[in-house]
Order: sequence, then C-alpha cells, then structure tokens
Amino acid sequence: MRKPIIEFKNFSFKYKSQMEPTLHQVNLTIYEGEKVVIVGPSGSGKSTLAHCINGLVPFSYQGEIEGNLTIKGQVTKSLDLFSLSKIVGTVLQDPDGQFIGLSVGEDIAFSLENEAVPQEKMISQVVDVSKLVNMEDKIQSSIHELSGGQKQRVSLAGVIVEEVDILLFDEPLANLDPATGEQAMALIDQIQKETNTTVIIIEHRLEDVLTQDIDRVIVVNDGRIVSDRNPNELLASNVLESCSLREPLYVKALKYAGCKVTPEMHSASIETLVLDESKDKLFEWYEATIPATYEKKDSPILELQDINFSYHKGFPTIQNVSLTIHKGEMVSIVGTNGAGKSTLSKLICGFEKIQSGKILYKGEDITEDTIYERSNRIGMVMQNPNHMISKHMIYDEVALGLVMRGVPEDEIKKRVEETLKVCGLYGFRNWPISALSFGQKKRVTIASILVLQTEVLILDEPTAGQDLRHYTEIMEFLTELNSQGVTILMITHDMHLMLEYTSRAIAIADGQVIADNSAVNILTNSEVVEKTNLKVTSLFELAVKAGINKPIDFVSRFIDYDKEARVTWRKKY
Amino acid sequence: MAQEILSFIERKSPVHSLSGATKLIIFILYSTAAMLTYDTRVLLGLLVISIAIFIVSKIRIREIGFIMAFILAFLLLNNIAIYIFSPQEGVKIYGSSHVLFEIVGRYNVTLEQLFYHLNITLKYFVVIPAALLFIVTTHPSEFAASLNKIGVNYKIAYSVSLALRYIPDIQRDFRTIAQAQQARGIDISRKEKLLKRLKNASSIIFPLIFSTLNRIEVISNAMELRRFGKKKNRTWYNEKPFRKADYIVLVAGSLILVLSLVITFYDGSRFYNPFL
Repeated sequence: MRKPIIEFKNFSFKYKSQMEPTLHQVNLTIYEGEKVVIVGPSGSGKSTLAHCINGLVPFSYQGEIEGNLTIKGQVTKSLDLFSLSKIVGTVLQDPDGQFIGLSVGEDIAFSLENEAVPQEKMISQVVDVSKLVNMEDKIQSSIHELSGGQKQRVSLAGVIVEEVDILLFDEPLANLDPATGEQAMALIDQIQKETNTTVIIIEHRLEDVLTQDIDRVIVVNDGRIVSDRNPNELLASNVLESCSLREPLYVKALKYAGCKVTPEMHSASIETLVLDESKDKLFEWYEATIPATYEKKDSPILELQDINFSYHKGFPTIQNVSLTIHKGEMVSIVGTNGAGKSTLSKLICGFEKIQSGKILYKGEDITEDTIYERSNRIGMVMQNPNHMISKHMIYDEVALGLVMRGVPEDEIKKRVEETLKVCGLYGFRNWPISALSFGQKKRVTIASILVLQTEVLILDEPTAGQDLRHYTEIMEFLTELNSQGVTILMITHDMHLMLEYTSRAIAIADGQVIADNSAVNILTNSEVVEKTNLKVTSLFELAVKAGINKPIDFVSRFIDYDKEARVTWRKKY
Repeated sequence: MAQEILSFIERKSPVHSLSGATKLIIFILYSTAAMLTYDTRVLLGLLVISIAIFIVSKIRIREIGFIMAFILAFLLLNNIAIYIFSPQEGVKIYGSSHVLFEIVGRYNVTLEQLFYHLNITLKYFVVIPAALLFIVTTHPSEFAASLNKIGVNYKIAYSVSLALRYIPDIQRDFRTIAQAQQARGIDISRKEKLLKRLKNASSIIFPLIFSTLNRIEVISNAMELRRFGKKKNRTWYNEKPFRKADYIVLVAGSLILVLSLVITFYDGSRFYNPFL
C-alpha cells in the first residue's frame, strides 16, 4: 500500500494583497517515492502550489488558507518554515540568485552551518554529498566559475546535504540549454533513485522533463487542478492544448498527421514511442505537405568583417567573426553560455569596442561610432526588462529616448502613439508599468527601442521564462514587425524559437562562427548540435523512426505546416 | 571589467593566512592605540610597524589606489578644517609659539601648529593600512565568521558580509543598465552638464534599486528555506581555526597597545612636546 506524503484537501489560498484566491479547492495526494511533474501556464498557480509545499506560503508570503495541507502526517499550518524545510528541500529557479556561499563548499554547507554542525563533521558531509552530484573536484571553486549545469548541481547538493523526504524543483530547466537540461534531468533521476525521496518538479518545458521516467503529470490552470494522470495518458488527451501548454513536438507532428495518440503508444518519450500503424499516416502526411519556398534576401544591412575581441589579453572572446545580415531577415544566434553570443551583440551596439575588424551598416563603416550614434540604427533589447525600465508610466518610458534626443513634443506624441499601437499597448498608454505582466513589460521595452525607428533590432533571449501563451504573443509580434521590414536578430537557446520562427540560424562556439545555415539544418546536424549544447530535435528522431528517407525535409515541412496552423489558431482566439 | 572597490585580494602571505578574527582584533587594538596617543614617537613607531605589515601582506599600493586617494583627500580636508577653525591649537597644546610667518588676524603659521598637523596625519597613516588590510586580506566568506567570533550577532555579521559580497554584482547590474540607457541617448559621461547628468543618473538608479530589491527577495527566501536564523548560534564552514601565529600576533598586538599607552601617558600628557 502506497503511503501518502503530501495531501491537499479542499485547499484554497488567497494572497493578502489579492482580491481573488490563487488556488481553489485543490485536492491532490502525492505518495512516497513518486516522481511528479506540475505544469501550468504563467499565473496558473503552480508556483503558489509549490510555495505551499515548502512553506514560503503562508510563512513568507502571507494570506488566507482554507482546507488542509498535510505533509508527512503533519498539518502545515501548525508547523513553521524551519521544520517544514527539514522535510522538503527546495531548489529554486534562479541558479545565481539562490547562492549564499561564495565557494561551492561553503554554499553546500549553508544549512549545516545553520544547524550549528561542528566544522569537521560539516567538511566531511560536504565531501560526501559533492561526490553524489559529481562535484568533488570543484569544492574549492568559486561559484562564478561554474557553468549553468554545475550551478544546478551545487544547489541540489546544498539541499540534499541533509536528509529530506521531498525534493521540490522550481523550474529547474529555465536557465539551462537543452543538452544541459537533459543532464540535469538525468541527475535528478539518479539522486531520486539513490536517496529514495519523493520528487516534485515544477516546469513548463514538458518535452525536456519527459526525457526521464515520470510517474504523474499534474496540470494546473486558473488555480485548479485540471488533469492528474500519467504522461502517456496526458499526451493522448488534449488537455495541454486547451491550457495553452506546449506539447512535445513529435506528439504535435503525430496529431497533425491525423494519427490518434493513445496511451498504449507510450508517447511520453520518443524512445519508447510505438508507431506501428501511425507510420503510414506520417508518411502520407509527409508526401502531401508541399514544402514552402523562401525568397532569398540579398541586401546587406549589417556586416561584420573579421571581428576580434577579448576582455582579458590572451583570452579571445570573439575570434575572426564575419557574417552578413540582410534587410528583412529574422535570424537566431545560438551557442552555449559563454560562447560569446552576448558579447557579439554588445560589440554590434558599441557597448564594447572591437579590437580588430570592421562593422558596416548598409555599406557604411560604423566601427568608430559611439553607442549613441549606433542606437539610432540598431536597437538592443536586454533580456531582463527591469534593466531597462526607468519611468513610472508607459507613455513616458516609450517617449524617453525621443525626449533625450530633443525631438519636438508633438512629434514625440505622434511617434509614441504609433509605436504603442504597433505593439498593442495603446490602450495601456496611461497605465503605470508596475501593473503590467512580464510579457507586457517586455513589449514596453521593445516599444521604447522601436520608437527610435531603428531598422535592426537585437533581442537577448526574448522569450526566456515565458509560457506558451506569452511566448507566442511576443514571437507573433516580432514576426509582424519583421514583415513590416524590421531586421531581427535574436540570441537564444530555445530550440522551438529557432525552428518555428527563424529561417536562418548562426551557431557560435568558442567565439567563432561554426555554422550559418537554416535552423532546420543546424538542428539536424549532430556535430553542430553537440558543440552548441543543443539537442537534435525530436522531429528528426520521429522521422527516422517512421522510416522517412529524408528526415530533414520532414522537419522543414512540419515547420511550414505548423506556421500555417498557428496563423489559423491565432485567428480563432 | 568594472574595477572592484575594496574587495578581497587573493595572495599567499602571512597576513592572509591569519584568522580573520585575529586581524579584526588587531585592527581594533591598533586603532585604539593610534586614537588615544598624540605622542609622535609612539606614532612613528606604529607607522613603521604598519608599513612593515603592509609590505609583508604583498598587497600593492595601486590595488587599493582608489580608496587610498579617497582617504587622503579626506585627510587633506580634515587638516584644512582644523586650521580654519583652530589655527592656534598647536600653541595651546605645546605652550609656546614659534611663528614662521603671519597671514591675517589670528591666522599665522607656527611650528607648533605644523607639528600638531603632522601628528594628525601620522594617526591616519597608522590606521589606514590596518583597516584596509583587514578588508582586503580576509576572504569574504570568513569575514562574517570573524565578526561573529568577536561577539557580533551572527545575523548582523552575515548581513554585513552579504552587502560587501553583492558590491560586484551590483556594479555589474549598474554597468548593464547604464549601457541600456546610453543606447537610448541618456548620457551620464562627463560630456553632459552636471545638472543634466544628475537627472540622467536617476534613470539608472531606479532600475538598479528594483533589480537589487528583487535580488534581496530571492536571497532571503533561499536563506530561510535553508533555515538561516533558526538557532541562536551557528557554525562557519570557512572559519579559520586559531593557530600559533594568531596567538603570537595577538599577544604582540596587546603588548604594542600597552607599551604605546605607557609611553604616551608616562609624563602625564598625551602629547610629546619637542618645544620644551
């Protein structure tokens, strides 16, 4: 008989600062040793659900609770944050923000320090746990020297250094590239098996989570649990689509091809997927889909010629990079963390000075231009909108750049209003920015750059941390801008974004361009994929599995078909 | 890369290998001695020791150049203020007046006043190396541990060290925000007029405050979830145990304090008077 470890009974929660409850009448039981994934769009209440389990609700974020939550036989209301954290270990979303110690060892030891464990015992415990997460060589290293995946290992080690019964991961994959994400999932799986804990993962990258065995997927929407079943059953249903959550690409392809996805197909992972009679349907669909043709763009707007740059002498960050971006293109720049893609965008905008080479804008040499001069031609939207927003009201924020340029007032008004209309923010123009969602804030920052009438727009991770609805919103908006002639460059490691929206991708590794090709060709080239820490798209694997002889064509036909489908989908809503 | 003000400088030196608590106690003893005494002989003696320790620490002057310049500017200001408000202080203290030249009214330049200023300046030079060395040779992780060891509540000790530790992060945020704002035409460089520059700077300060507040929320949740503040005491992973060298240094430090106080107060006055 399975023993319940977490039990929500008619549980509702309302934050002190809000009018409406965030969670309504939740009934949910999680059993000992289970591995459960909780998915849901932004604002669905999935993070609140997680906070209830680790005690941040109601002990840090206050509010009203109705009903009961029992963890390991104890009602949480009667406990406190400290005793709960002995049972539930939490790995938070932001890997940088949650580090408390400066070195790996110190951070892992933090909870031991708080329990006043003697130094010697502490040191030996840290060594033991760092072996468990394969970080024993790095105990002395500074946190800043670590890669994203290593940081994740350290935060996990900091939680399991003391025995906990439940491990809670809040969006563990959010800041990881696809290959590292897969390793992180494998590590979670390994730790779960070795320590026999209950694992709860909050995540919206379902396809990546499902690379490991998952017992159940719980779907949360509007503060309610709308589905609670095993992954195979979930993927056979249409719950994900109706909650605007992203289905794994191969499942989508199967559905497009008219295959009936049943629980018996084991569609939770591409490896376990049983195709059988679906093969013919996929093949039929493949044959029937006409590949789209693209007109080749051929008027260079931005040219980099043999660019070199280094932050520290002798350690080149960018080496001999040459590339040409044509007017009206939408291009993604991909690469691992630290490959130099962000540096490249800073060089283009003049935030850093190139050491050799040339930058041309429409054939004109702009290498010596200042940040300000370049900003009239090339706009840069930072990853974090909070780094850009400095005004209280939306109108003022968007007008700021023009005011600074001394543009006459009536022209400012005209241009700001036009831009706000393009960005779908006109109705909000007199709103305070603080009232906006993250996605809307992002649009404000895009508007504040667009208003300067730049023809080239560079965006750093435009969709990081966005759910499918906001992702689609932002990307459709960018596509719209692109069709109006704005050239768009995006720095990303989101494979969906690459595939679905950019026809061309430039892959960077160790400061050099290693591939400049169509997104489909890049994501099906295993050598490039490995060097950039991406993954071969599951569509490719599906095509191979179905025995389609030109899997690359299958992927590109899917993309074209999907684009059409999304246009109709958008009209419907 | 942004220059980091007052952060840990990694070296292998006898000063670095001392426990942070030892360095903190020595700093306190040393500044007490320098604060109390105006005896030039004692100050000169302390200065020689200060400089010796500084050389042993292998820290180079230019590595702490910015903060040194800042303190020296402050020293100059202090000296000017003393002269303006009390040009006859030296005469009052030493009981004689050797006038070098007159300026106007009670403002003249006497040997006694110059000697008094020399003493003030010496005091600064004695304390500066001790204070700076404590900060730049103590690993930030050990910083809180050493404050805690001399009796500061560990929550306060931890917040001080967290604040110091976040300086580089906040500098990085500042740079990013400044670049983003410059790209929109907001100039905070010297090319802009002062008033406009100040106004423009506010467009960097607000995002900086918000991103910092956000950082604080994340870190305080992370700390609470790992039970920071549960017990009255905590242990420190990075605490350096006291070794022989620490005890020797502490004994030597206490002796220096006692000795300097004995010499200072031996003749009943805090001042050494060469004009007698």
